[in-house]
Amino acid sequence: MISREDVYHIANLAKIEISEKEVDNFKDEFQSILEYFNILDEVEEDVEPTFQVLPLNNIFREDKSKESLPRDEVLKNTRHVEEGYFKGPRVVE
Amino acid sequence: MEILTVKHWKERLEGEKAYDLVLEIFDKIEKSKLNAYITLNKEDALKKAEEFDKGELNGKLAGIPVAVKDCITTKNLRTTCASKILYNYIPPFDAHVVERLKAEGAIIVGKTNMDEFAMGTTTETSYFGVVRNPYDLDRVAGGSSGGSGAVVGREAVLALGSDTGGSIRCPASFCGVCGLKPTYGYVSRYGLIPYANSLEQIGPMASCVEDLILLFEVIAGKDDRDSTNAGKEFKFERREKRLRIGIIKEMGARDEVMDKFYESVEMIKSKHEVDEVEMPSFKYALAAYYIIAMSEASSNLARYDGVRYGYALDKLDSWTKYFSKVRAEGFGKEVKRRIMLGSYALSAGYYGKYYLKALKVRTLVKNDFVKAFKDFDLLIAPTMPALPFKIGELADPLTMYKMDVNTVPINLAGVPALSIPIGFVKGLPVGMQIIGNYFDENTMLNFALWLEKQISDGGR
Repeated sequence: MISREDVYHIANLAKIEISEKEVDNFKDEFQSILEYFNILDEVEEDVEPTFQVLPLNNIFREDKSKESLPRDEVLKNTRHVEEGYFKGPRVVE
Repeated sequence: MEILTVKHWKERLEGEKAYDLVLEIFDKIEKSKLNAYITLNKEDALKKAEEFDKGELNGKLAGIPVAVKDCITTKNLRTTCASKILYNYIPPFDAHVVERLKAEGAIIVGKTNMDEFAMGTTTETSYFGVVRNPYDLDRVAGGSSGGSGAVVGREAVLALGSDTGGSIRCPASFCGVCGLKPTYGYVSRYGLIPYANSLEQIGPMASCVEDLILLFEVIAGKDDRDSTNAGKEFKFERREKRLRIGIIKEMGARDEVMDKFYESVEMIKSKHEVDEVEMPSFKYALAAYYIIAMSEASSNLARYDGVRYGYALDKLDSWTKYFSKVRAEGFGKEVKRRIMLGSYALSAGYYGKYYLKALKVRTLVKNDFVKAFKDFDLLIAPTMPALPFKIGELADPLTMYKMDVNTVPINLAGVPALSIPIGFVKGLPVGMQIIGNYFDENTMLNFALWLEKQISDGGR
């Protein structure tokens, strides 16, 4: 059973702030979705996983730099700029 | 209503100015009730039309209006993924497929509406509102490429969609058009805003198979910027051959859809060998698909941090608070649901139970396809298990997920599949899904051409 505490824990893992009201909705939805996922318990363990369907391995290219985008183009979509750099939130409290 | 094809459009271009024809398309869009576009590219499209009229625009798609799904990046043209978190994003570059469209002279009409981050089957999760079905405005156009499905042949000639678990085939089926999900790796994903990288492909949507082939030839091919790109170009070759065709027993539908499907099967039997095929792993495919898609989404969507682009807050708080708040305000409900469940499936203690198990199912699904293609050239099934839904009909998330049951096994295995219209039930379109072996789009498209002709000759 998924509890309210579980939902807060999952929201914290995902770093999404949720309100009191949302918790109850998510709790019931997660419960029924995860119950449905339990069908996989029937599947045998002794199978290799497939991460990627094509038989491609280590696609390399020559280590040569190409022209990159102009700085003002790259910065035009942000609100927080300082001296030609992105400005992010404080990481260390 | 007249449905536009490339052939028909080219005939009109011989007698009329591209500028006037393109203007006509925009008039139609501005009066439209479908809500199929998020952003229009009117000024640029009209400029391109003028270039065509002066003989300065050349290529395989010269002068042809093409719509682009809004998760495909277009330089200097707003690209939102139908999300509030990207409502103001103006990309500084083009996706590989958009470069190819432009190189072939296509006129880009605008960006089509979709489910937010392609997470949905009805476009009801779009921040910009639901796309309506051209055959019944109270019903959905399907999703997630609902806008592209709705505009094909109506408010554009061709369209690009993307398909992670059925997002091209579902709207193709619901809107009565053709749509192809190519073999994984055939089309570069460079510039496709990712939802679940290991599952998704960009693909063509068109009102007839011939147009589908044309657009696929343009977009398929080598690109070093996508490391999962197979590096193959596509060139269609016409072939007439008796084929061995398998009906997948596990892919069902409601009776009314099934009856229509079997009408076409009878037609197919007149020329081809048809038998049933069992795919036992498909019982687990839907659960496995959702676990993999959600897990990949939880990692992919971590890029929306409110720092470099997209929705942002005025005040930069501490990192955790800022990041959590931007995402709370910027993402819609379905996106949050999938990110959270994906984070859960990958978290300590659950990785083996959910994620790893889903990847094992993927192996089983792939093996079932490999086995089936030893006996059959193509596999068929109804594309969707039901007729287009009423808007609001699928309120519960799990009920909605279950509507993808016939489309998701294809993405798990990475094989190609297309949907073509096979007629109408109660005035609503029904689609048949045609599934091929890896990189064997040629056999699928030849068969689709043949079937399309039988259906139009046989009447509806």
